[in-house]
Amino acid sequence: MRSAVVLFPGSNRDRDAVAALTKVTGRAPVVVWHQDTTIPDVDLIVLPGGFSYGDYLRCGAIAARSPAMLDVARKAEAGVRVLGVCNGFQILTEAGLLPGVLMRNANLRFVCKRVKLKVANADTDFTRAYMQGQVIDCPVAHHDGNYFTDPETLARLEGDGRVAFRYAEGTNPNGSLNDIAGILNERGNVLGMMPHPENLIEKLHGGLDGRGLFQSVVESVAA
Amino acid sequence: MKARVIITLKNGVLDPQGKAIEGALKGLGFDGVDAARQGKVIDLDLADTDPAKARERIAAMCDKLLANTVIENYAIDILG
Repeated sequence: MRSAVVLFPGSNRDRDAVAALTKVTGRAPVVVWHQDTTIPDVDLIVLPGGFSYGDYLRCGAIAARSPAMLDVARKAEAGVRVLGVCNGFQILTEAGLLPGVLMRNANLRFVCKRVKLKVANADTDFTRAYMQGQVIDCPVAHHDGNYFTDPETLARLEGDGRVAFRYAEGTNPNGSLNDIAGILNERGNVLGMMPHPENLIEKLHGGLDGRGLFQSVVESVAA
Repeated sequence: MKARVIITLKNGVLDPQGKAIEGALKGLGFDGVDAARQGKVIDLDLADTDPAKARERIAAMCDKLLANTVIENYAIDILG
């Protein structure tokens, strides 16, 4: 499986994403600078976590208008899988590739800890390696992860099984609607999530629960 | 031409920062503050000379970048 990681000024989890992709896919991803107008032909594009443009204006707002994102939008439209983690999720909503917005955490605090995630839909290209309803560990580290959208969009997301992950067992760290931690686009090839599965893929991380997400993509690409 | 864009949160959108401000004002003893909502002001210095055209261009800027219309409203003041 071929993959790419888009690097924005202020990204800081790009190396974690590169390490995870290299480990799970057996092949190092291409790192693409945000000013590049073309992303190479790959099976998965990852928008990593961080603080692109220092979160100026709104988190992800300026990165979402970068030249590389135009090609991400084109490739997503063509069916290429796109994963946005943390700031990557914020960029995807700002770019209009996912609905809604990530607002300031309800308690106004930056949260950096491990939470429980429930796999709300295990029938997606990103979650197939998990069981439906399985609860996994995953780290979070963000200040603006409070997912919000209008009631109609929320009903559509829920009705169409587009909520991939929810915070479980009372660990919602940010006040997001319906405990939403990660959502898919209509076609199911774009996933945005606040938690960091790339930070839980080897024993030294203290767990392997994040691996399933990358394995799911590998399997869906091979299928 | 100078213009000012005022960006505010839509009604019903939770504003934890406004809530914190409201709490701090109460803590300082300012009574009768029923609510505080936080927004943004962006001042623009434009080459435009026609106010109507400028307004149209600023609205496009707001829709494309300055405001997130899922949660925010914007108002444009042409300051002349």
